[in-house]
Amino acid sequence: MKVGVVTFPGTLDDRDAARAATHAGTTAVSLWHNDADLKGVDAVILPGGFSYGDYLRCGAISRFAPVMEKIIDAANGGMPLLGICNGFQVLCEAHLLPGALTRNHELHFLCRDQKLEITNNQTAWTTSYKVGQEIVIPLKNGEGSFQCDDATLAALEGEGRIIARYVGENPNGSRNKIAGITNERGNVVGLMPHPEHAIDPLTGPTADGLAFFTSVLNAMVK
Amino acid sequence: MAKIVVDVMLKPEILDPQGVAVSAALPRLGFTFAKSVRQGKRFEIEVDGEPTPAQLAEVEKATEKLLANPVIETFTVRVEK
Repeated sequence: MKVGVVTFPGTLDDRDAARAATHAGTTAVSLWHNDADLKGVDAVILPGGFSYGDYLRCGAISRFAPVMEKIIDAANGGMPLLGICNGFQVLCEAHLLPGALTRNHELHFLCRDQKLEITNNQTAWTTSYKVGQEIVIPLKNGEGSFQCDDATLAALEGEGRIIARYVGENPNGSRNKIAGITNERGNVVGLMPHPEHAIDPLTGPTADGLAFFTSVLNAMVK
Repeated sequence: MAKIVVDVMLKPEILDPQGVAVSAALPRLGFTFAKSVRQGKRFEIEVDGEPTPAQLAEVEKATEKLLANPVIETFTVRVEK
């Protein structure tokens, strides 16, 4: 199974995302923002970083990169798509996911190991977790506060589309402590914290993040 | 040459931490006039000649698509002489 990892100008975490995909037993394929070609991949990861310098709004310019047109089409057709951090911001700007990520409520850039609770294990990226499972993975962002209107929030809650919440103090002011959400179909997931930095205890705080990448392998094999 | 100005603001219901930080800094400097502050963005777009209604409609469209995020922001488009 081939998992594409997109590199925009200013992307930081593409190597770790590719490493995580490889570690999970899939083949990582590099995708370049300026190529309108998905190279036959079965799933795509939009990694973290500061694509286009976060100019205008985080993800606002990357969302119109040539590769994104193909990715949006494929995701609308059911292809698994995971956006991590800046990738989550790109997914919201592309309207593949509702809401938006805004400046952390305390204004500080955060970089810490964060405890999360998995709240939906029915998506393409979370089947290897149990609902209620607590995991610790790095959180590092300046604009990670998930915001949406009341109707959208009620829909996300009512349809079980919140896939992970922050445990303990709300680190960035996200509504209802939302750390990640999915679309109606469950193939597109956006997550603020970084599972790709926590795939083995040698290089991360835990190996808790690996299951995102094994989940997609299971989803495709099924 | 005319200038088209696009002002973009966060919707009133969206928390604006930058505005909050500015409004907290003002009284520390002795400025006590502000009940609240909200911070936004301003785009200045130069065009040749007097902007036509069609041009302004294009700017509106571009703002909805790129310059602003209608999920969290509102905007106004005007011509500055």
